[in-house]
Amino acid sequence: MSDWSRIAPQLADATGETLYMVAVSAVLTVLLGIPLGVLLTVTAPDGLAPRPWTNRVLGLVVNLGRSLPFIILLVLVAPVTRGLVGTTIGSTAAIVPLTIGAVPFLARLVETSLREVSHGKVEAALAMGARRRQVVRTVLLPEALPSLVAGVTVTVVALISYSAMAGAIGGGGLGDFAIRFGYQQFRTDITLLTVVLLLVVVQALQFGGDTWARRLARR
Amino acid sequence: MIELHHVRKVFPGRRGGPDVVALDGVDLAVPAGDFAGVVGPSGSGKSTLIRLVNLLERPTSGSVAVDGRVLTDLPADQVRQARSSIGMVFQHFELMDSRTAAENVEHPLELAGVGRAERRRRSAELLDLVGLAERAGARPRQLSGGQKQRVAIARALAARPQVLLCDEATSALDQASTTGVLQLLRRVRDELGLTVLLITHEMAVVKAVCDSAVLLEAGRVVDGGRLDDVLTRDDSPLAAALLPAPVADDRVAGTLLRVTVTEAAPEADVLRVLVGQLGLAVEVAGGSVETVAGGRHGRLLLRITDGDLSGLDTALTQLRAEGSKVERVAA
Repeated sequence: MSDWSRIAPQLADATGETLYMVAVSAVLTVLLGIPLGVLLTVTAPDGLAPRPWTNRVLGLVVNLGRSLPFIILLVLVAPVTRGLVGTTIGSTAAIVPLTIGAVPFLARLVETSLREVSHGKVEAALAMGARRRQVVRTVLLPEALPSLVAGVTVTVVALISYSAMAGAIGGGGLGDFAIRFGYQQFRTDITLLTVVLLLVVVQALQFGGDTWARRLARR
Repeated sequence: MIELHHVRKVFPGRRGGPDVVALDGVDLAVPAGDFAGVVGPSGSGKSTLIRLVNLLERPTSGSVAVDGRVLTDLPADQVRQARSSIGMVFQHFELMDSRTAAENVEHPLELAGVGRAERRRRSAELLDLVGLAERAGARPRQLSGGQKQRVAIARALAARPQVLLCDEATSALDQASTTGVLQLLRRVRDELGLTVLLITHEMAVVKAVCDSAVLLEAGRVVDGGRLDDVLTRDDSPLAAALLPAPVADDRVAGTLLRVTVTEAAPEADVLRVLVGQLGLAVEVAGGSVETVAGGRHGRLLLRITDGDLSGLDTALTQLRAEGSKVERVAA
């Protein structure tokens, strides 16, 4: 790597872009995905507030979002991105498809976590005179917290993988860097270096998430 | 007090199967301050019955009243308020794993919007009442089954209910914990003047704590009453369930007599006549006598091993006329 001094700053920028895209879309995904997961759970036929039609429509939207290959979703939501951000190019623009892609993913994981909270605990809270929103706030979410943390970790890791693809249509970041410098300039060493960097980020996240979840579960 | 009036509960059949009638016209009245039990085999509808009292389950028809309020007539938000004055304890405790013992006890107060300082004070007082003051900071997973149920009882009492519902509260506990939890339930009933409704499939639980009980079979009340009354009735299916009749072993020779022991008709009366007057040799072949609801009750099988039986039937008729419950078992 004789040209290291030329590449290093660009690699640093790319890493920064990836972290920025993933961090902002992760926050948005948690803010939107957890409420959507709660809605999916409580509107289910055996849920706290059964709304079979709402549940079916939500389920359909979530499945659509999950079954669509991310690269197709990127192209499909371009008009939405332009409407929200003003452009479809750049890291900020990539946050829109990343969030839209990850929200349904997290919502399903949240639904699974909340379903694992025993019905008996929900019933105990109802017997105490809890309102439905109090059941969600004081029973479902706190009791499922370790499992929710694990779900968010998996989602953030998926976001890193998606962000590499988003780079391909002008989002920048490590994925884009690997393609431009590694692949297109036949520099396998740069591609490998990028892979190692991504691996480090994913490992650190997974480790952090697992540790946190375990600590919560051991309470 | 708790009043169920002609309550029916029908669950729609699964996958087009026939509807399931869980409760078929149940009437139940538990007076204020009473410790009442509902017993029955599994599938008899007792779980459904207790869940109707705080409307966790809505009856298909009939009415439910607690402390004079007809819950089945109330709108949803008032039902919720009414529930907060009905405590409930469950077979599997249903404590929140994310909360400490004290935080679990505070849970209903938190839902009712009680301030933090008052919640703390009340949870400390209640954990003290159930004998777990020093475990206030423990998580449920650090507590034994009996301790969990004590915390659950403290939680059920936090909002100062008048009524306490116990759904198989001791069925997941070992013998020693069961005894402790039952004594605690009895004590809080006495100290706080609660009305308690307990459902169980264990007859020993009813005998240990209840003042009255009903026997539920296939969704209907087949027998019931105050235990001291029920146990004096020979034909009572509830009495037979509480104090099973001893089985006669016909491989041993001798004349057998069945004696139903009650407070008013102790076995001593029978023995005095058989042994003292007729000079018969008598042994106990089976049965038991227990103290239930403050009185001695039991069923005994006596075997006459030797002596002149010619005066026996006349003596038995005389004993029955004097109030003893004794019968000769046909050979």
